[in-house]
Amino acid sequence: MAALLDVSDVVMRFGGVTAVGRVSFSVGQRSICGLIGPNGAGKTTLFNCISGIYRPSGGRIAFDGQEITGAPRHRMAGLGIGRTFQNVALFRTLSVRDNVLAGAHSRGGAGFVASALRLAPARREEAEAEGRLRPLLAMLDLASVAHVPVAALPFGTQKRVEMARALISGPKLLLLDEPAGGLNHGEVDGLASLLLDIRERFSLSILLVEHHMNLVMRVSDKVVALDFGKKIADGTPAEVRAEPEVIRAYLGEEAERHGRAA
Amino acid sequence: MAAEDAVPVEVVAAPARPDAPTDSLAWLAVPAMVLLAMAPAFLVESFRLFQLTSVVIYAVAILGLNIVTGYNGQISLGHGAFYAVGAYTTAILMASFGLPYWATLPVSAAVCGALGWGIGFPALRLGGLYLALTTFALAVAVPQVLKHDALETWTGGVQGVFIAKPDAPFGLPLSADQWMYLFTVAIAAAIFVLARNLLRSRIGRAMMAIRDQPTAAEAMGMDLAALKTRTFALSATITGVAGALSAVAVEFVSPDSFSVNLSITLFVGMIVGGVASIFGAVFGGLFVVFVPNLAEDIAGAAPGVLYGAILILFVFVLPTGFAGLLRRVAASARRTTATNDATPGR
Repeated sequence: MAALLDVSDVVMRFGGVTAVGRVSFSVGQRSICGLIGPNGAGKTTLFNCISGIYRPSGGRIAFDGQEITGAPRHRMAGLGIGRTFQNVALFRTLSVRDNVLAGAHSRGGAGFVASALRLAPARREEAEAEGRLRPLLAMLDLASVAHVPVAALPFGTQKRVEMARALISGPKLLLLDEPAGGLNHGEVDGLASLLLDIRERFSLSILLVEHHMNLVMRVSDKVVALDFGKKIADGTPAEVRAEPEVIRAYLGEEAERHGRAA
Repeated sequence: MAAEDAVPVEVVAAPARPDAPTDSLAWLAVPAMVLLAMAPAFLVESFRLFQLTSVVIYAVAILGLNIVTGYNGQISLGHGAFYAVGAYTTAILMASFGLPYWATLPVSAAVCGALGWGIGFPALRLGGLYLALTTFALAVAVPQVLKHDALETWTGGVQGVFIAKPDAPFGLPLSADQWMYLFTVAIAAAIFVLARNLLRSRIGRAMMAIRDQPTAAEAMGMDLAALKTRTFALSATITGVAGALSAVAVEFVSPDSFSVNLSITLFVGMIVGGVASIFGAVFGGLFVVFVPNLAEDIAGAAPGVLYGAILILFVFVLPTGFAGLLRRVAASARRTTATNDATPGR
């Protein structure tokens, strides 16, 4: 089966600094891929290239057989790429319900006139979005807070709202930027089973940028490790864990000597 | 249970659909509101009725501003310019081209929409405070353009344009003031209903999403430039229609009626009524029409001081405007009913 996401030779330079240098990897259909690396390894930069925040200086990114390098950011959702944000980027004043419904924007097409007049297509779309909303709120245990403004909710709950908002559009690929950040032990366990559950239920792939090594190793089918903007390992969690370069980058005696311990 | 057999179907069905009682109340509220809105035409003397017509017109103008500033987060300090252009378009079409007042409204709406789109399209790239400055510049420029010699044939220069207040149609036994009030209320009601539909739809959610978190909004598939430009154009259209209605109601337009003050007045009305509130605009309209008069009656020589004091008081007492106060009252009422009912709904 062809890969869902194919990153080839992607380069990202900022001025004279190369943050990501010719990195290639792929994410298969219905698989979970973890992207790891020490601070400053280029994970977030690469992530931003894939989600369209940055336009790569070189290389190509293909999604579902279509080149998306440098495509406008607002097109990503419609193509089937959903995402969450590192420190949660919700619509603060809106309720949980409206936040999640806003995630369905790319599925609809009703414009100003159809919406103001409540024409049949607009009403149908709204009903369809409501229909998708209910099971998501139930699955993510948000039904009881559906009408609460998100700013009033605890961080862990906000993260689940973001997840629901990303899922309602029916993405084929979910980009998660440090989903375990700020969660406690129990919540991380819950997140691990949630990710596996989501993959099954929605038949989607997940690309996970994560510091929490335990989580990545537990859920990923495959792990890509970066260091200094280069790929240093790519394989199953067991393979990557055994890779000497990875051990060095994370723990290593070598690292001490080069004076780049985090 | 035998007793329950006699209970009407609606009541039995109610627990399954918690929204149902609110819905039926809402349907009762509609005719009640229509009657309430129409009543002043038959109860209030001519001058007061004219003031109430102004309240309704300002409410529409403030609603227009609130859509772009309150809901979409784009600060406009120049909405008086759209109000002015709407008013002049109607006045000129009536005075120079002999169009009936009602036929000028769609034209004024279209002209202001196009102008709003034209201003919004480049201005949105500036964003934030620079957009506020750009719109302010528009508000400063428009009265001077209206005075300009080149346009005097139509605009009447500093003299302005006089138009006649329309009589009630179909031989209705109403005075011109009564008719104008009812006509204004009808147009305003239609605009408020459409705005409410829009703001509760996919598009309304997108407007607020863009205001709260543009990066995330874009990741959800919202085209920021297109949505913001259209929102600006829509907002200018609504405020323009308000201006058009004001020209008919006042029977006169002149450049000095549309100074920078007007833009600031609309901005004040929006904040006092409630930012990002549809019906707050009505309170905003009441405030900007009646409070300056009140200040003048009470403070005589220094009405500005009293007006300013009242404004500051509002900021402290009602930081979320009249609409925010009503929302809090409604919320606490709901909580009380919910506890009393002890319904199993979570």
